[in-house]
Amino acid sequence: MKIAIAQCAPALGAMKRNLEMHREWIGKARAADAKIVVFPELSLTGYHLKDLAADVACAADDPILEPIAHASRDIDITAGFVERSNDAKLHIAQGYWSGGTLRHVHRKVYLPTYGIFDDGRYFGPGERFETFESAVGTAGIAICEDLWHVSVPYLYAAGGASVVFAPADSPGRGVAEGGDLGTAASCRMMDRFYAQYLTVYVVFANRVGLEDGIAFWGGSEVIGPDGTVIARAKEFEPELLVAEIDLELVARERVRNPLLRDERPDLVFRALAERMGVRVTE
Amino acid sequence: MTLDVERRAIPMAPGDLTPLRIDEVLVRKMLVSFLREETLKTGAKRLVLGVSGGVDSAVVAALAAEALGPENILGLFTPYRTTAGRSKADAEDVARTFGIRLEEVPITAQVDAYFTGKMNVDRVRMGNKMARERKSIEYDRSWPDGLVLGTSNKTELLLGYGTQFGDLACALNPVGDLYKTQLRELAAHLGVPKGVLAKPPSADLWEGQTDEGELGFTYEQADVLLYHLVDRRVRPADLVAAGFDAALLAKIRERIRRNHFKRVMPLIAKVSLRTVGHDFLYPRDWEAD
Repeated sequence: MKIAIAQCAPALGAMKRNLEMHREWIGKARAADAKIVVFPELSLTGYHLKDLAADVACAADDPILEPIAHASRDIDITAGFVERSNDAKLHIAQGYWSGGTLRHVHRKVYLPTYGIFDDGRYFGPGERFETFESAVGTAGIAICEDLWHVSVPYLYAAGGASVVFAPADSPGRGVAEGGDLGTAASCRMMDRFYAQYLTVYVVFANRVGLEDGIAFWGGSEVIGPDGTVIARAKEFEPELLVAEIDLELVARERVRNPLLRDERPDLVFRALAERMGVRVTE
Repeated sequence: MTLDVERRAIPMAPGDLTPLRIDEVLVRKMLVSFLREETLKTGAKRLVLGVSGGVDSAVVAALAAEALGPENILGLFTPYRTTAGRSKADAEDVARTFGIRLEEVPITAQVDAYFTGKMNVDRVRMGNKMARERKSIEYDRSWPDGLVLGTSNKTELLLGYGTQFGDLACALNPVGDLYKTQLRELAAHLGVPKGVLAKPPSADLWEGQTDEGELGFTYEQADVLLYHLVDRRVRPADLVAAGFDAALLAKIRERIRRNHFKRVMPLIAKVSLRTVGHDFLYPRDWEAD
Protein backbone atom coordinates (compact mmCIF):
# COMPACT_ATOMS: atom_id res chain seq x y z
CA MET A 1 0.00 0.00 0.00
CA LYS A 2 1.30 3.39 -0.91
CA ILE A 3 1.51 6.24 1.53
CA ALA A 4 2.30 9.85 0.62
CA ILE A 5 3.85 12.60 2.68
CA ALA A 6 3.07 16.17 1.65
CA GLN A 7 6.30 17.99 2.54
CA CYS A 8 4.71 21.40 2.11
CA ALA A 9 5.11 25.02 3.33
CA PRO A 10 1.87 26.27 4.96
CA ALA A 11 1.17 30.02 5.10
CA LEU A 12 1.21 31.39 8.64
CA GLY A 13 -2.28 32.17 9.92
CA ALA A 14 -3.89 31.88 6.46
CA MET A 15 -6.25 28.95 6.78
CA LYS A 16 -8.19 29.43 3.54
CA ARG A 17 -4.99 29.50 1.54
CA ASN A 18 -3.78 26.42 3.35
CA LEU A 19 -7.01 24.55 2.63
CA GLU A 20 -6.48 25.27 -1.04
CA MET A 21 -2.88 24.10 -0.74
CA HIS A 22 -4.08 20.88 0.91
CA ARG A 23 -6.50 20.32 -1.96
CA GLU A 24 -3.59 20.46 -4.42
CA TRP A 25 -1.38 18.06 -2.45
CA ILE A 26 -4.28 15.65 -1.90
CA GLY A 27 -4.79 15.63 -5.67
CA LYS A 28 -1.13 14.81 -6.23
CA ALA A 29 -1.20 12.04 -3.64
CA ARG A 30 -4.30 10.55 -5.21
CA ALA A 31 -2.63 10.68 -8.63
CA ALA A 32 0.32 8.79 -7.12
CA ASP A 33 -2.14 6.06 -6.04
CA ALA A 34 -1.51 6.63 -2.33
CA LYS A 35 -4.01 5.36 0.23
CA ILE A 36 -3.08 8.01 2.79
CA VAL A 37 -1.62 11.48 2.56
CA VAL A 38 0.17 12.71 5.68
CA PHE A 39 0.53 16.45 6.28
CA PRO A 40 2.95 18.02 8.79
CA GLU A 41 2.09 19.49 12.19
CA LEU A 42 -0.34 22.44 12.03
CA SER A 43 -0.41 22.13 8.24
CA LEU A 44 -3.68 24.06 8.01
CA THR A 45 -2.48 27.04 10.04
CA GLY A 46 1.32 27.32 10.09
CA TYR A 47 3.40 26.74 13.19
CA HIS A 48 4.74 29.80 14.99
CA LEU A 49 1.31 31.34 15.48
CA LYS A 50 1.76 33.11 18.82
CA ASP A 51 -1.42 35.17 19.40
CA LEU A 52 -2.77 34.02 16.03
CA ALA A 53 -3.44 30.62 17.61
CA ALA A 54 -6.73 31.82 19.06
CA ASP A 55 -7.69 33.48 15.78
CA VAL A 56 -7.33 30.32 13.68
CA ALA A 57 -8.64 27.82 16.25
CA CYS A 58 -11.74 25.79 15.46
CA ALA A 59 -13.66 22.82 16.79
CA ALA A 60 -12.73 19.47 15.26
CA ASP A 61 -16.18 19.37 13.61
CA ASP A 62 -16.10 22.99 12.41
CA PRO A 63 -17.48 23.43 8.87
CA ILE A 64 -14.22 25.11 7.84
CA LEU A 65 -12.61 21.63 7.93
CA GLU A 66 -15.36 20.18 5.74
CA PRO A 67 -13.23 20.29 2.54
CA ILE A 68 -10.74 17.94 4.20
CA ALA A 69 -13.47 15.58 5.33
CA HIS A 70 -15.00 15.70 1.86
CA ALA A 71 -11.67 14.93 0.16
CA SER A 72 -11.17 11.93 2.48
CA ARG A 73 -13.87 9.99 0.64
CA ASP A 74 -11.21 8.95 -1.90
CA ILE A 75 -8.03 8.95 0.16
CA ASP A 76 -7.30 8.98 3.88
CA ILE A 77 -5.91 12.28 5.13
CA THR A 78 -4.08 13.28 8.26
CA ALA A 79 -3.55 17.02 8.71
CA GLY A 80 -2.79 19.48 11.50
CA PHE A 81 -4.95 22.29 12.89
CA VAL A 82 -5.54 24.30 16.05
CA GLU A 83 -8.39 22.64 17.90
CA ARG A 84 -10.60 24.59 20.25
CA SER A 85 -12.02 22.08 22.71
CA ASN A 86 -15.57 22.19 24.08
CA ASP A 87 -14.23 23.93 27.17
CA ALA A 88 -12.36 26.48 25.00
CA LYS A 89 -8.82 25.20 25.41
CA LEU A 90 -6.52 25.46 22.42
CA HIS A 91 -4.64 22.36 21.31
CA ILE A 92 -2.16 21.49 18.61
CA ALA A 93 -4.15 18.75 16.93
CA GLN A 94 -3.68 16.23 14.16
CA GLY A 95 -6.86 14.82 12.64
CA TYR A 96 -7.29 11.62 10.70
CA TRP A 97 -10.05 11.70 8.13
CA SER A 98 -11.29 8.67 6.22
CA GLY A 99 -14.38 7.83 4.19
CA GLY A 100 -15.62 11.40 4.43
CA THR A 101 -15.47 11.76 8.21
CA LEU A 102 -13.08 12.57 11.01
CA ARG A 103 -12.03 9.29 12.64
CA HIS A 104 -9.42 10.33 15.18
CA VAL A 105 -7.80 13.39 16.71
CA HIS A 106 -4.51 13.41 18.58
CA ARG A 107 -3.73 16.45 20.71
CA LYS A 108 -0.02 17.16 21.14
CA VAL A 109 0.89 16.18 24.69
CA TYR A 110 4.44 17.47 24.97
CA LEU A 111 4.49 21.21 24.34
CA PRO A 112 8.09 22.44 24.20
CA THR A 113 8.88 25.72 25.91
CA TYR A 114 12.65 25.91 25.56
CA GLY A 115 15.03 27.37 22.99
CA ILE A 116 12.98 28.79 20.12
CA PHE A 117 9.81 26.99 21.24
CA ASP A 118 6.89 28.41 23.21
CA ASP A 119 4.03 25.96 22.60
CA GLY A 120 3.12 25.78 26.28
CA ARG A 121 2.35 29.50 26.38
CA TYR A 122 -0.32 29.31 23.68
CA PHE A 123 -1.66 25.75 23.88
CA GLY A 124 -2.94 23.26 26.40
CA PRO A 125 -1.52 19.74 26.44
CA GLY A 126 -3.31 16.63 25.20
CA GLU A 127 -3.92 13.95 27.80
CA ARG A 128 -3.76 10.61 26.01
CA PHE A 129 -2.09 8.38 23.46
CA GLU A 130 -4.70 6.36 21.64
CA THR A 131 -4.25 4.04 18.71
CA PHE A 132 -6.76 3.96 15.88
CA GLU A 133 -7.38 2.09 12.65
CA SER A 134 -5.77 3.69 9.61
CA ALA A 135 -5.66 2.58 5.99
CA VAL A 136 -2.29 1.00 6.76
CA GLY A 137 -3.22 -0.78 9.97
CA THR A 138 -3.35 0.19 13.62
CA ALA A 139 -1.60 3.48 14.13
CA GLY A 140 -0.71 6.20 16.62
CA ILE A 141 0.12 9.86 16.10
CA ALA A 142 3.09 11.60 17.75
CA ILE A 143 3.21 15.31 16.93
CA CYS A 144 6.77 16.66 16.72
CA GLU A 145 7.97 16.92 20.37
CA ASP A 146 5.77 13.93 21.30
CA LEU A 147 8.16 11.72 19.35
CA TRP A 148 11.17 12.90 21.35
CA HIS A 149 9.65 11.29 24.43
CA VAL A 150 10.57 7.61 24.39
CA SER A 151 7.35 6.65 26.13
CA VAL A 152 5.17 7.82 23.25
CA PRO A 153 6.15 5.41 20.47
CA TYR A 154 6.51 2.75 23.18
CA LEU A 155 2.90 3.24 24.29
CA TYR A 156 1.69 3.06 20.71
CA ALA A 157 3.65 -0.11 20.01
CA ALA A 158 2.44 -1.62 23.27
CA GLY A 159 -1.09 -0.60 22.22
CA GLY A 160 -0.84 -2.61 19.02
CA ALA A 161 0.29 -0.03 16.49
CA SER A 162 2.17 -1.05 13.36
CA VAL A 163 2.64 2.51 12.23
CA VAL A 164 3.57 5.70 14.06
CA PHE A 165 2.67 8.86 12.18
CA ALA A 166 5.02 11.64 13.20
CA PRO A 167 3.87 14.97 11.75
CA ALA A 168 6.43 17.64 12.63
CA ASP A 169 7.45 21.27 12.24
CA SER A 170 11.12 20.79 12.94
CA PRO A 171 13.28 23.92 12.50
CA GLY A 172 16.73 23.39 11.03
CA ARG A 173 19.46 24.52 13.38
CA GLY A 174 22.94 23.67 14.53
CA VAL A 175 25.18 24.21 11.50
CA ALA A 176 28.49 24.45 13.35
CA GLU A 177 30.94 21.72 14.34
CA GLY A 178 31.44 20.74 10.75
CA GLY A 179 28.57 18.30 10.30
CA ASP A 180 25.04 17.90 9.02
CA LEU A 181 22.24 19.91 10.63
CA GLY A 182 22.08 19.01 14.30
CA THR A 183 18.31 18.57 14.20
CA ALA A 184 18.37 16.35 11.13
CA ALA A 185 20.89 13.98 12.68
CA SER A 186 18.83 13.69 15.87
CA CYS A 187 15.54 13.12 14.07
CA ARG A 188 16.98 10.44 11.80
CA MET A 189 18.46 8.62 14.73
CA MET A 190 15.11 8.67 16.55
CA ASP A 191 13.12 7.50 13.53
CA ARG A 192 15.40 4.54 12.89
CA PHE A 193 15.75 3.60 16.50
CA TYR A 194 12.01 3.55 17.21
CA ALA A 195 11.22 1.75 13.96
CA GLN A 196 13.77 -0.97 14.44
CA TYR A 197 13.41 -1.58 18.17
CA LEU A 198 9.62 -1.33 18.28
CA THR A 199 9.27 -3.06 14.88
CA VAL A 200 6.89 -0.41 13.55
CA TYR A 201 6.81 1.88 10.55
CA VAL A 202 7.75 5.45 11.42
CA VAL A 203 6.28 8.03 9.06
CA PHE A 204 8.06 11.33 9.74
CA ALA A 205 6.35 14.21 7.90
CA ASN A 206 8.24 17.45 8.33
CA ARG A 207 7.43 20.77 6.68
CA VAL A 208 9.57 23.21 4.73
CA GLY A 209 9.45 27.00 4.25
CA LEU A 210 10.27 29.80 6.68
CA GLU A 211 8.49 31.57 9.50
CA ASP A 212 10.08 34.68 11.01
CA GLY A 213 13.52 33.70 9.77
CA ILE A 214 13.35 30.12 11.04
CA ALA A 215 13.63 27.48 8.31
CA PHE A 216 11.93 24.10 8.58
CA TRP A 217 14.28 21.54 7.11
CA GLY A 218 11.98 18.93 5.54
CA GLY A 219 13.78 15.61 5.15
CA SER A 220 10.54 13.65 5.67
CA GLU A 221 11.07 9.91 5.71
CA VAL A 222 9.46 6.53 6.04
CA ILE A 223 11.40 3.95 8.03
CA GLY A 224 10.53 0.27 7.94
CA PRO A 225 10.14 -2.04 10.95
CA ASP A 226 13.63 -3.42 10.26
CA GLY A 227 15.15 0.06 10.49
CA THR A 228 15.68 0.56 6.77
CA VAL A 229 15.06 3.95 5.21
CA ILE A 230 12.32 3.20 2.69
CA ALA A 231 12.06 6.74 1.36
CA ARG A 232 13.47 10.10 2.29
CA ALA A 233 12.59 13.55 0.94
CA LYS A 234 14.97 16.35 0.08
CA GLU A 235 15.90 18.95 2.66
CA PHE A 236 14.34 22.44 2.53
CA GLU A 237 12.29 21.81 -0.64
CA PRO A 238 8.64 20.88 -1.11
CA GLU A 239 8.16 17.28 -2.19
CA LEU A 240 5.50 14.62 -2.36
CA LEU A 241 7.25 11.61 -0.87
CA VAL A 242 5.64 8.29 -1.77
CA ALA A 243 6.58 5.06 -0.02
CA GLU A 244 5.30 1.52 0.15
CA ILE A 245 3.98 0.21 3.45
CA ASP A 246 3.82 -3.56 3.75
CA LEU A 247 2.23 -4.95 6.91
CA GLU A 248 3.62 -8.37 6.00
CA LEU A 249 7.04 -6.91 6.64
CA VAL A 250 5.92 -5.95 10.16
CA ALA A 251 4.77 -9.55 10.71
CA ARG A 252 8.00 -11.05 9.34
CA GLU A 253 10.16 -8.66 11.29
CA ARG A 254 8.32 -9.44 14.53
CA VAL A 255 9.04 -13.13 14.03
CA ARG A 256 12.70 -12.46 13.39
CA ASN A 257 12.98 -9.85 16.10
CA PRO A 258 10.25 -10.57 18.72
CA LEU A 259 11.16 -7.72 21.07
CA LEU A 260 7.61 -6.50 21.20
CA ARG A 261 6.19 -9.99 21.91
CA ASP A 262 8.61 -10.38 24.81
CA GLU A 263 8.13 -6.86 26.11
CA ARG A 264 6.62 -6.68 29.66
CA PRO A 265 4.40 -3.61 29.88
CA ASP A 266 2.98 -5.08 33.09
CA LEU A 267 6.40 -4.71 34.72
CA VAL A 268 6.73 -1.17 33.39
CA PHE A 269 3.29 -0.43 34.78
CA ARG A 270 4.12 -1.94 38.17
CA ALA A 271 7.45 -0.13 38.42
CA LEU A 272 5.91 3.22 37.57
CA ALA A 273 2.95 2.63 39.88
CA GLU A 274 5.26 1.83 42.79
CA ARG A 275 7.34 4.88 42.04
CA MET A 276 4.20 7.01 42.16
CA GLY A 277 3.03 5.36 45.38
CA VAL A 278 0.06 3.60 43.79
CA ARG A 279 -0.70 0.12 45.10
CA VAL A 280 -1.22 -2.42 42.36
CA THR A 281 -3.18 -5.55 43.19
CA GLU A 282 -3.15 -8.64 40.99
CA MET B 1 22.39 -3.24 12.10
CA THR B 2 23.89 -0.22 13.76
CA LEU B 3 22.80 3.37 13.99
CA ASP B 4 25.43 5.30 12.10
CA VAL B 5 25.25 8.45 14.17
CA GLU B 6 28.40 9.28 16.03
CA ARG B 7 29.33 12.46 17.80
CA ARG B 8 32.85 13.21 18.79
CA ALA B 9 33.60 15.31 21.82
CA ILE B 10 33.76 18.99 20.90
CA PRO B 11 37.25 20.37 21.40
CA MET B 12 37.38 23.42 23.67
CA ALA B 13 40.61 25.39 23.69
CA PRO B 14 41.47 29.02 22.90
CA GLY B 15 43.31 28.35 19.65
CA ASP B 16 41.07 25.55 18.39
CA LEU B 17 38.71 26.88 15.73
CA THR B 18 37.37 23.50 14.62
CA PRO B 19 34.00 23.88 16.43
CA LEU B 20 33.28 26.89 14.20
CA ARG B 21 33.47 24.83 11.01
CA ILE B 22 30.32 24.97 8.89
CA ASP B 23 29.01 23.07 5.91
CA GLU B 24 29.16 25.99 3.44
CA VAL B 25 26.89 24.32 0.88
CA LEU B 26 24.15 23.78 3.47
CA VAL B 27 24.48 27.26 4.99
CA ARG B 28 24.44 28.89 1.56
CA LYS B 29 21.24 27.02 0.70
CA MET B 30 19.60 28.07 3.98
CA LEU B 31 20.55 31.72 3.60
CA VAL B 32 19.57 32.00 -0.05
CA SER B 33 16.13 30.53 0.62
CA PHE B 34 15.81 32.80 3.69
CA LEU B 35 16.39 35.87 1.51
CA ARG B 36 14.16 34.70 -1.30
CA GLU B 37 11.20 33.58 0.79
CA GLU B 38 11.26 36.27 3.44
CA THR B 39 11.50 38.96 0.75
CA LEU B 40 8.79 37.68 -1.56
CA LYS B 41 6.45 37.02 1.38
CA THR B 42 6.39 40.76 2.11
CA GLY B 43 5.55 41.61 -1.50
CA ALA B 44 8.93 43.27 -2.08
CA LYS B 45 10.82 42.51 -5.27
CA ARG B 46 14.25 44.05 -4.76
CA LEU B 47 16.97 44.16 -2.14
CA VAL B 48 19.18 47.10 -1.25
CA LEU B 49 22.42 46.97 0.69
CA GLY B 50 25.43 49.07 1.48
CA VAL B 51 28.52 47.64 -0.23
CA SER B 52 31.58 48.89 1.61
CA GLY B 53 34.27 46.84 -0.04
CA GLY B 54 34.46 44.63 3.06
CA VAL B 55 33.83 40.91 3.36
CA ASP B 56 30.49 41.05 5.24
CA SER B 57 28.66 43.11 2.64
CA ALA B 58 30.35 41.09 -0.10
CA VAL B 59 28.85 37.88 1.31
CA VAL B 60 25.41 39.47 1.62
CA ALA B 61 25.64 40.80 -1.94
CA ALA B 62 26.51 37.33 -3.22
CA LEU B 63 23.64 35.67 -1.33
CA ALA B 64 21.15 38.35 -2.41
CA ALA B 65 22.17 38.05 -6.06
CA GLU B 66 21.65 34.31 -5.89
CA ALA B 67 18.30 34.66 -4.11
CA LEU B 68 16.56 37.24 -6.30
CA GLY B 69 18.81 37.52 -9.34
CA PRO B 70 21.58 40.15 -9.58
CA GLU B 71 19.33 42.49 -11.58
CA ASN B 72 17.13 42.92 -8.50
CA ILE B 73 19.94 43.93 -6.16
CA LEU B 74 21.13 47.48 -5.64
CA GLY B 75 24.46 48.04 -3.93
CA LEU B 76 25.22 51.47 -2.54
CA PHE B 77 28.76 52.67 -2.01
CA THR B 78 28.52 55.72 0.25
CA PRO B 79 31.98 57.17 0.87
CA TYR B 80 32.93 59.93 3.27
CA ARG B 81 36.06 61.94 2.56
CA THR B 82 38.10 59.81 4.99
CA THR B 83 36.99 56.52 3.44
CA ALA B 84 40.03 54.40 2.56
CA GLY B 85 41.21 54.77 -1.00
CA ARG B 86 40.97 51.10 -1.89
CA SER B 87 37.39 50.70 -0.59
CA LYS B 88 35.86 51.95 -3.83
CA ALA B 89 37.87 49.57 -5.99
CA ASP B 90 36.97 46.70 -3.67
CA ALA B 91 33.25 47.59 -3.71
CA GLU B 92 33.36 47.71 -7.51
CA ASP B 93 35.15 44.37 -7.58
CA VAL B 94 32.39 42.83 -5.40
CA ALA B 95 29.63 44.29 -7.60
CA ARG B 96 31.35 43.06 -10.77
CA THR B 97 31.96 39.59 -9.32
CA PHE B 98 28.31 39.05 -8.39
CA GLY B 99 26.79 41.05 -11.24
CA ILE B 100 24.88 43.55 -9.12
CA ARG B 101 24.39 47.27 -9.83
CA LEU B 102 26.51 49.59 -7.71
CA GLU B 103 25.80 53.27 -7.21
CA GLU B 104 28.05 55.74 -5.47
CA VAL B 105 26.35 58.23 -3.16
CA PRO B 106 28.91 60.32 -1.25
CA ILE B 107 27.86 61.47 2.23
CA THR B 108 30.60 64.06 2.86
CA ALA B 109 28.47 67.12 2.05
CA GLN B 110 25.59 66.37 4.41
CA VAL B 111 27.72 65.02 7.26
CA ASP B 112 30.09 67.99 7.13
CA ALA B 113 27.20 70.45 6.83
CA TYR B 114 25.61 68.96 9.94
CA PHE B 115 28.79 69.19 12.02
CA THR B 116 29.77 72.67 10.80
CA GLY B 117 30.40 74.92 13.79
CA LYS B 118 30.32 72.06 16.30
CA MET B 119 33.60 71.83 18.20
CA ASN B 120 35.49 68.76 19.43
CA VAL B 121 33.18 66.21 17.88
CA ASP B 122 34.21 62.77 19.11
CA ARG B 123 35.09 60.45 16.23
CA VAL B 124 32.74 57.77 17.52
CA ARG B 125 29.88 60.28 17.46
CA MET B 126 30.97 61.21 13.95
CA GLY B 127 31.06 57.55 12.96
CA ASN B 128 27.54 56.97 14.33
CA LYS B 129 26.22 59.89 12.30
CA MET B 130 27.85 58.52 9.17
CA ALA B 131 26.41 55.04 9.77
CA ARG B 132 22.90 56.51 10.19
CA GLU B 133 23.32 58.76 7.17
CA ARG B 134 24.20 55.73 5.07
CA LYS B 135 21.25 53.76 6.36
CA SER B 136 18.81 56.58 5.66
CA ILE B 137 20.02 56.55 2.05
CA GLU B 138 19.61 52.77 1.81
CA TYR B 139 16.04 53.04 3.12
CA ASP B 140 15.29 55.86 0.72
CA ARG B 141 16.61 53.84 -2.20
CA SER B 142 14.56 50.81 -1.18
CA TRP B 143 11.37 52.72 -1.93
CA PRO B 144 8.84 51.63 -3.21
CA ASP B 145 9.34 47.86 -3.64
CA GLY B 146 12.62 46.94 -1.99
CA LEU B 147 13.87 45.82 1.41
CA VAL B 148 17.08 46.90 3.13
CA LEU B 149 19.55 44.17 4.06
CA GLY B 150 21.69 44.10 7.16
CA THR B 151 25.27 42.90 7.06
CA SER B 152 26.13 42.67 10.77
CA ASN B 153 27.56 39.30 11.68
CA LYS B 154 27.00 37.39 14.93
CA THR B 155 30.29 38.54 16.44
CA GLU B 156 29.35 42.20 15.90
CA LEU B 157 25.80 41.69 17.15
CA LEU B 158 26.96 40.00 20.34
CA LEU B 159 29.75 42.48 21.01
CA GLY B 160 27.50 45.41 20.13
CA TYR B 161 30.05 46.54 17.56
CA GLY B 162 27.67 48.59 15.45
CA THR B 163 25.50 51.69 15.46
CA GLN B 164 21.88 51.35 16.55
CA PHE B 165 19.59 52.47 13.71
CA GLY B 166 22.76 52.84 11.65
CA ASP B 167 24.52 49.82 10.20
CA LEU B 168 22.48 47.59 12.56
CA ALA B 169 19.18 48.68 10.98
CA CYS B 170 17.61 46.46 8.35
CA ALA B 171 14.57 44.46 7.30
CA LEU B 172 16.46 41.17 6.88
CA ASN B 173 19.89 40.05 7.96
CA PRO B 174 21.13 36.81 6.40
CA VAL B 175 24.49 36.73 8.20
CA GLY B 176 23.56 37.69 11.77
CA ASP B 177 23.85 34.10 13.00
CA LEU B 178 27.34 33.52 11.58
CA TYR B 179 30.48 34.44 13.46
CA LYS B 180 33.06 36.43 11.52
CA THR B 181 35.27 33.36 11.23
CA GLN B 182 32.37 31.36 9.77
CA LEU B 183 31.48 34.21 7.47
CA ARG B 184 35.02 34.25 6.10
CA GLU B 185 34.73 30.54 5.40
CA LEU B 186 31.44 31.15 3.57
CA ALA B 187 32.95 34.12 1.70
CA ALA B 188 35.70 31.93 0.25
CA HIS B 189 33.09 29.36 -0.82
CA LEU B 190 30.97 32.07 -2.50
CA GLY B 191 33.93 33.41 -4.47
CA VAL B 192 34.33 36.77 -2.75
CA PRO B 193 37.38 38.49 -4.35
CA LYS B 194 40.63 37.51 -2.70
CA GLY B 195 41.68 41.10 -2.01
CA VAL B 196 38.45 41.69 -0.07
CA LEU B 197 38.92 38.47 1.88
CA ALA B 198 42.50 39.22 2.79
CA LYS B 199 42.33 42.82 4.03
CA PRO B 200 41.96 43.58 7.75
CA PRO B 201 38.29 44.14 8.71
CA SER B 202 37.43 47.81 9.27
CA ALA B 203 34.35 49.93 9.81
CA ASP B 204 36.30 52.49 7.77
CA LEU B 205 34.87 55.39 9.79
CA TRP B 206 38.21 57.09 10.31
CA GLU B 207 41.66 56.70 8.83
CA GLY B 208 43.60 53.69 10.01
CA GLN B 209 40.65 52.24 11.95
CA THR B 210 40.55 48.44 12.14
CA ASP B 211 37.96 46.33 13.97
CA GLU B 212 40.55 44.26 15.77
CA GLY B 213 42.59 47.33 16.73
CA GLU B 214 39.53 49.03 18.17
CA LEU B 215 38.16 45.94 19.94
CA GLY B 216 41.54 45.00 21.38
CA PHE B 217 41.36 41.33 20.39
CA THR B 218 41.10 39.31 17.18
CA TYR B 219 37.90 37.94 15.69
CA GLU B 220 39.27 34.42 15.94
CA GLN B 221 39.95 34.90 19.66
CA ALA B 222 36.46 36.28 20.20
CA ASP B 223 34.61 33.82 17.98
CA VAL B 224 35.82 30.61 19.54
CA LEU B 225 35.17 32.03 22.99
CA LEU B 226 31.69 33.26 22.01
CA TYR B 227 30.86 29.92 20.43
CA HIS B 228 31.43 28.02 23.65
CA LEU B 229 29.91 30.74 25.85
CA VAL B 230 26.80 31.52 23.79
CA ASP B 231 26.05 28.58 21.52
CA ARG B 232 27.16 25.82 23.88
CA ARG B 233 26.31 27.67 27.14
CA VAL B 234 29.61 26.68 28.75
CA ARG B 235 30.02 28.37 32.14
CA PRO B 236 32.65 31.11 32.31
CA ALA B 237 34.58 29.28 35.05
CA ASP B 238 34.83 26.22 32.83
CA LEU B 239 36.14 28.35 29.97
CA VAL B 240 38.90 29.73 32.20
CA ALA B 241 39.68 26.20 33.35
CA ALA B 242 40.01 25.21 29.68
CA GLY B 243 42.67 27.87 29.20
CA PHE B 244 40.69 30.87 27.94
CA ASP B 245 42.03 34.24 29.10
CA ALA B 246 40.00 35.41 32.08
CA ALA B 247 40.45 39.11 31.34
CA LEU B 248 39.40 38.70 27.71
CA LEU B 249 36.40 36.65 28.81
CA ALA B 250 35.35 39.31 31.32
CA LYS B 251 35.72 42.05 28.72
CA ILE B 252 33.65 40.17 26.17
CA ARG B 253 30.91 39.26 28.66
CA GLU B 254 30.63 42.89 29.71
CA ARG B 255 30.36 44.04 26.10
CA ILE B 256 27.56 41.52 25.52
CA ARG B 257 25.68 42.79 28.57
CA ARG B 258 26.25 46.50 28.06
CA ASN B 259 25.19 46.43 24.41
CA HIS B 260 22.13 44.25 24.73
CA PHE B 261 19.87 47.25 24.12
CA LYS B 262 21.08 47.30 20.53
CA ARG B 263 19.69 43.83 19.96
CA VAL B 264 16.12 44.42 21.14
CA MET B 265 13.21 46.61 20.13
CA PRO B 266 12.75 49.86 22.07
CA LEU B 267 11.00 49.53 25.42
CA ILE B 268 7.36 50.50 25.55
CA ALA B 269 5.82 51.55 28.87
CA LYS B 270 3.03 49.15 29.68
CA VAL B 271 -0.16 50.76 30.97
CA SER B 272 -2.98 49.07 29.08
CA LEU B 273 -4.34 45.52 29.10
CA ARG B 274 -2.57 44.58 25.92
CA THR B 275 0.61 46.20 24.75
CA VAL B 276 2.63 46.12 21.55
CA GLY B 277 5.83 44.26 22.26
CA HIS B 278 4.75 42.85 25.61
CA ASP B 279 1.60 40.79 25.15
CA PHE B 280 0.45 41.63 21.67
CA LEU B 281 2.59 38.91 20.18
CA TYR B 282 1.95 38.20 16.56
CA PRO B 283 4.55 36.68 14.26
CA ARG B 284 6.18 39.04 11.80
CA ASP B 285 5.33 36.62 8.98
CA TRP B 286 1.60 36.87 9.67
CA GLU B 287 0.12 36.21 6.24
CA ALA B 288 -3.02 37.47 4.55
CA ASP B 289 -5.71 34.86 3.96
